[in-house]
Amino acid sequence: MSTPAVVCRGLRKRYDDVVAVAGLDLEVANGECFGLLGPNGAGKTTTIEMLEGLTPPDGGELVVLGRRWDDRRARRALQERLGIQLQDTQLSEKLTVAETLRLFRSFYRRSHTVEETLRRVALEDKAHAWVGKLSGGQKQRLSVACALIGRPELLFLDEPTTGLDPQSRRQLWDIVADFRHAGGTVVLTTHYMEEAERLCERVAIMDRGRVIALGSPRELIASLGAEHVVEFALADHARVPEGEFAALPGVRAVRPMGDRIALTVERVHEAVPALLALMAKSNAELSDLETHHATLEDVFVALTGRQLRDA
Amino acid sequence: MRDHPLVQLTLTRLREFYREPEAVFWVFGFPIVLAFGLGIAFRNRGPSELPVAVQRGAGDTALATIIKRSPQLGVQLLDSNDARAALRAGRVALVVTPADPLVYRYDSTRTESRLARLEADAVIQAARGRVDAARVRDEHSAEPGARYIDFLIPGLLGMNLMGSGIWGVGFAIVQARSKRLLKRFMATPMRKTHYLLGFIFSRLAFLVLEIAALLGFGWFMFHVGVRGSLVALSLLTVLGSLTFAGLGLLVASRARTVEGVSGLMNLVMLPMWIASGTFFAYTRFPAALQPFVRILPLTALNDALRGVMIDGRSLAGLGVPVSILGVWGVASFGAALLLFRWR
Repeated sequence: MSTPAVVCRGLRKRYDDVVAVAGLDLEVANGECFGLLGPNGAGKTTTIEMLEGLTPPDGGELVVLGRRWDDRRARRALQERLGIQLQDTQLSEKLTVAETLRLFRSFYRRSHTVEETLRRVALEDKAHAWVGKLSGGQKQRLSVACALIGRPELLFLDEPTTGLDPQSRRQLWDIVADFRHAGGTVVLTTHYMEEAERLCERVAIMDRGRVIALGSPRELIASLGAEHVVEFALADHARVPEGEFAALPGVRAVRPMGDRIALTVERVHEAVPALLALMAKSNAELSDLETHHATLEDVFVALTGRQLRDA
Repeated sequence: MRDHPLVQLTLTRLREFYREPEAVFWVFGFPIVLAFGLGIAFRNRGPSELPVAVQRGAGDTALATIIKRSPQLGVQLLDSNDARAALRAGRVALVVTPADPLVYRYDSTRTESRLARLEADAVIQAARGRVDAARVRDEHSAEPGARYIDFLIPGLLGMNLMGSGIWGVGFAIVQARSKRLLKRFMATPMRKTHYLLGFIFSRLAFLVLEIAALLGFGWFMFHVGVRGSLVALSLLTVLGSLTFAGLGLLVASRARTVEGVSGLMNLVMLPMWIASGTFFAYTRFPAALQPFVRILPLTALNDALRGVMIDGRSLAGLGVPVSILGVWGVASFGAALLLFRWR
């Protein structure tokens, strides 16, 4: 149990003149759920596909479950121990769910039965439905089922819940949690902060091919210095110097975001009255005001100055 | 056994095919529709009469009675204008005008017309007193294999093997690649050879059905038989099927989109549709083109199939076309494996 599931040092990959991954150091412990977090184009998919052995890195060191992908003989043995879900695979629409699983099952030496796997992803009643007739969430669960059927020790999920409704998302989270309980290791990518906070023990926040922050979600949020965020907009494009906000009680950081301003604060009930008093004093008016618990989203904004959604 | 990857991959190919009604029609229905249509249109008319018109005028009825003595001619009386129109439209093969001299009006480039003229002239001359100088006896022969449908069925079989081989393999591979399914398989311990052999095995399974459908139809509808051995025919179709599966693999080895590969496949197949003698003998092409026409795999396959089905030859007697097919098969498989993009 002491060897890490994944170790990489200085991992690099470029496509033509675009640097997708620019020197990545990561270590994923056995039994851990590790998240790669970041906006589109941050290099998450390239990274996970290098870990999966699908994309050869240009440079750096990569060891997965104690083996290297460039050892040709080790490849198949390694693949036997991995479960992989790719971001954009479309399974054959004209096969049934059970037929699809039986096909994937045939590739592995050790495997769960089709029935057992269907039960794990709650698709028992769809066993004989054509893949083309499944909903988005059911297709995604089947895709994860194909990854699980070979009894993997390490599961890779690339944006497993992108585009799914909240209920389907929660169903997938349950599947991942079950796999973790049985002792499995998970590496996943996502751009949903909530997903990372719910599932992952540690996350690496990626931006432009680099890791810009690494730690547990709690640590990363704590690094903001305060737990709450107050976001507001000023009416009629009124201008108040940033220094005035920073001087309010309990304010740790001031971040302008377009025509909005976000304050990281320790206590909302002290910061908001002080903010309203400042407005009255400066003859300015608020056109919008909201507060929320600080999230990984705020960590990303604090680190890059950009929103995760449109970064 | 059932859970062997090769069995599962082959089953997958078969299911993906037979659950696609359009594909089933193009592979099984279309050649049969084609054989039926062309077989009916170009059937040998046998003893049916050649239509002859006698232009109205003095002595027309007497002349018509004489011509009617020939069992091969059918006669009608027409006015001058109607007679010309009927000749122009091909409704009659010959117009005879009763006069002195008799006038035969016909299009000398039409075989039918020339026959009608010879036959009509023969009965008229005999009626006017000409005596045959030599004694003759007719022997009728109905050699099977000489009809157009006998020529057509082996050609359709060859064309079908080409189409389903190139289309069946190429399309499925490019579709799997464009849907990232190929990449997904590459992330499993699946062996690449198993993946490709799955295509080969499913092709061979369909081959049996394709041949049975077309040959069964040809025999049932038109009594097209197989003169040579069925074993030779089977070996030949297997060779042809593998060769075109190799070409399909080659065409699909790098293409990323279904649209792209469709264009490529048509580019590969079009010259063979036209030149390889499926619908008419390729000897009609100019001599300068013959070497290029003969080297095409479909030409070789059609020649070999006709050799077995019509001429009853053995495989040993078909060394040239069989070698041409073999070279195409080995070369395209080899090239495809070198070029193949596995993701």
